[in-house]
Amino acid sequence: MRSICFYFQIHQPYRLKTFRFFDIGADDNYFDDYQNRTIIKRIVERSYLPMNKLLLDLINEYGSAFKVSFSISGTALDQFEQYAPEALHSFKKLAETGNVEFLAETYAHSLISLYDSNEFAAQVAKHSARIESLFGLKPTSFRNTELIYSDRIGEKVYDMGYNVMLTEGAKHILGWKSPDFMYCNAVNPKLKVLLRNFQLSDDIGFRFSNQSWSEWPLTAEKFTQWLQDLDPKQQVVNLFLDYETFGEHQWAETGIFDFMKKLPQQILARTKYKFDTPAGLAARLQPVSAILVPNTISWADEERDLTAWLGNDMQDEAFEALYKLLPLAQKTQNPELQKKWLYLQTSDHFYYMCTKWFSDGTVHKYFNPYASPYEAFINYMNVLSDFTIRLQNDSQHSDTPPSEVPDLYIKKRKSTQTEVKNSPQAGLTAETSSSIADLEVLFSLSKPKVKQFIKNIDIQSLAYSIYDRSGAELEKFRKKLPESYNEELTRIISEIKRPRKSTIEHHKNKISEFIRSLF
Amino acid sequence: MKVLMFGWEFPPHITGGLGTACFGMTKGLLKNKVEVLFVVPKAYGDESEEAVRLINASDVLIDIHSKENLEFWKNITYLEVNSSLVPYVGPEAFDNLVSQDIKEEYETNSSVFEAKYIFSGKYGENLLEEVARYALVGAQIAANSQFDVIHAHDWLTYAAGIAAKKASGKPLVVHMHATEFDRSGENINQRVYDIEREGMMAADRVIAVSNLTRNIVITKYGIPAEKVVAVHNAVEPVEKLDLVEYTSHVPEKIVTFLGRVTYQKGPEYFIEAAYKVLQRDNNVRFVMAGTGDLLEKMIRRVAQLRMSSKFHFTGFLKGDSVDRMFGMSDVYVMPSVSEPFGISPLEAMRSNVPVVISKQSGVAEILQHALKVDFWDIDAMADAIYALLRYKSLPAMFAKYGAKEVDNLKWENAARHIKKVYADVL
Repeated sequence: MRSICFYFQIHQPYRLKTFRFFDIGADDNYFDDYQNRTIIKRIVERSYLPMNKLLLDLINEYGSAFKVSFSISGTALDQFEQYAPEALHSFKKLAETGNVEFLAETYAHSLISLYDSNEFAAQVAKHSARIESLFGLKPTSFRNTELIYSDRIGEKVYDMGYNVMLTEGAKHILGWKSPDFMYCNAVNPKLKVLLRNFQLSDDIGFRFSNQSWSEWPLTAEKFTQWLQDLDPKQQVVNLFLDYETFGEHQWAETGIFDFMKKLPQQILARTKYKFDTPAGLAARLQPVSAILVPNTISWADEERDLTAWLGNDMQDEAFEALYKLLPLAQKTQNPELQKKWLYLQTSDHFYYMCTKWFSDGTVHKYFNPYASPYEAFINYMNVLSDFTIRLQNDSQHSDTPPSEVPDLYIKKRKSTQTEVKNSPQAGLTAETSSSIADLEVLFSLSKPKVKQFIKNIDIQSLAYSIYDRSGAELEKFRKKLPESYNEELTRIISEIKRPRKSTIEHHKNKISEFIRSLF
Repeated sequence: MKVLMFGWEFPPHITGGLGTACFGMTKGLLKNKVEVLFVVPKAYGDESEEAVRLINASDVLIDIHSKENLEFWKNITYLEVNSSLVPYVGPEAFDNLVSQDIKEEYETNSSVFEAKYIFSGKYGENLLEEVARYALVGAQIAANSQFDVIHAHDWLTYAAGIAAKKASGKPLVVHMHATEFDRSGENINQRVYDIEREGMMAADRVIAVSNLTRNIVITKYGIPAEKVVAVHNAVEPVEKLDLVEYTSHVPEKIVTFLGRVTYQKGPEYFIEAAYKVLQRDNNVRFVMAGTGDLLEKMIRRVAQLRMSSKFHFTGFLKGDSVDRMFGMSDVYVMPSVSEPFGISPLEAMRSNVPVVISKQSGVAEILQHALKVDFWDIDAMADAIYALLRYKSLPAMFAKYGAKEVDNLKWENAARHIKKVYADVL
């Protein structure tokens, strides 16, 4: 008996709002509510609701003969709850039929499987709990973010308690093999692995409305014939699709809904295929062989690898900066920070930083809120900088609300402008604070500049300015001075007895002023 | 194919980007098997002739008694404009080699049959006077030379182009490197505008250096869209040996503005963005290199914001100092209000300096490895600067891809488009 396994991915990220560097430490609201709401509402209306209704009708019509499976990310579920509760309601109704399986994944559709096993397990557990509480069933099948898979990841997934996992039937892992069989993990054969038939999946997902495609228009009859023509020994055809395929990537006008409405009828009437879900297949089918995947794969782009999310300098820096926070994030008890920690891990943030589409990829531009990967990176890093501060503050004193800017930055001189206008004193203070830096410049002056310097500045001022300084830098600087001048300087410094702070400040300012005039 | 090209300057005697662009373009055309007869108002003798046959307009004999020339003179209005309204006013004042009354002299003295006009070739006070004389020469050269098409660069040479077209009957292509709106904002010099418009109307095709400029030409000059083609500028490749390593002598990072301190270049937005950055990050210095009519105002504004200890003005930089400035810079900002193309960010990128450029620049249309902001959006500008200073992978990305991207902007490719334009009008 041959099976068809429909699996739909539903994921929406929490898109970030424009977050400038001066918001760091000042604003703890990262997400673009307006944009997120607009996109969720649009996609729910155009895609999820009509497709859910279509599937419900099909289930009602064909009963247990028609089954599908979903994986809905936690960030999508949270946004449904926030912006479109009718979508949640509609998925619940599908769940009640018993013909729909919900898969587990990481809560925020993150890349954590590539970084840390414990956190990976924790994020999956969080998602599984959410699915169970919403739909009443604890998931037993697993689908990692964007079908990311490797032998190592599969092994961990089995250890988490899942017996079947979905991934891409990438050409380079299959070689001459067909994706249409049950396989198993190369390290732990107890984990069964279902491989996506990308040819037939993409015929629906990408090519359906492409009028320059030789097979256009694609009809349910034609697709059924293709299925029928497959080698009868094959066990299962895995059609894994983004759920937005229906109504969003392929608009209703392309006839995609009619196609899906007719397809089960055609298949059930003309072929011996049955519809099944990953859990059903895992219970029924034995693996034909192990599938060896030493290097991580995904379903993204031609390469079917991780380069959509990681690999360029920006993506790698952002990834490292994010997961440097892991120990702190695991400690925090603040629910607001915990939530943000998850949302900031969503893989889409890294996807937006991808530079591959400079040459190709219209796909990457879809729903991409940024004009360039550089902007995506800058915005994300600004948000992450703020989050870092809050997480650090939280770990230092968990009871006071975080608001301080760390020493890294100079304190925001909020009222500088008005102060300066009103009093000359304020201007002086501002200058004093920078005189230290200018003194550093003095030490790095070239020999001719030093000569010019001692000609213009009296030795007394210099003596006072370096009175409280020592170290290699000072020594190096003094080597640039003429010998007689240096001796004189030593003499004067030795004569200074407990100078007043304001005196030193006065001389330093004098020097700073001159240095500035040099540049 | 042979083209008669009217320029205003040619390396090494340049005051603006026009000469450099013409040089690159002629070399690119040569690679595409197009011959160039390049006419400049005054050839010094040391111009690069590797690509072109240079004709010194001062050496052309003019038979002022020929009928066409007399008629041409009648149609010329002498225009004198205030120098501050003229583009690229160089440090040198107009070198008045031609006496003020030369025109009357030739008109009245019928005993002179042939005369040579001597051109200064400099942008200056009597610019419009020279433009008119150049036109006369243009007609003469056109009558005496063999070529297929005429190509005139910027309004200074349009009159010459028109005259050459009339004299030879060959098609005319005019090239807009900058419009009067780019130079003066909305307070345009009407006479310059008229010359530009007349040139474009008379031309068979107009080449604009960007889509931005193309739109201005169509909307503000009313030139039929089908006549206007955008061909982006390119840059001359630099021998890697020429890139000298310069290092900064201050511990802070350096953010640079380099260009004329005029309305068009948007210096005030740079200052406001600098103020925002300095409020958060003290480990940075800002440099404004260049001079112009807004310089004093800018210095006052910087003082008013009390950031003079972190914000420096260098005045006008030349040759080597420009390279040194790029070498010391960590970020280059071009906040232009209106920039037909904008070659300087490409120079910065070639020195591995990441750039922040305004979206209101032609170069933004073709660059991918640059941060682009609206010139008025000082928040975005400050954010871009801050990010480049702070997040290490950004400058790393730009160093990796920026120089490569610039190297791929070849004049040879731009010239291929230009050749296509010629073919269209033949």
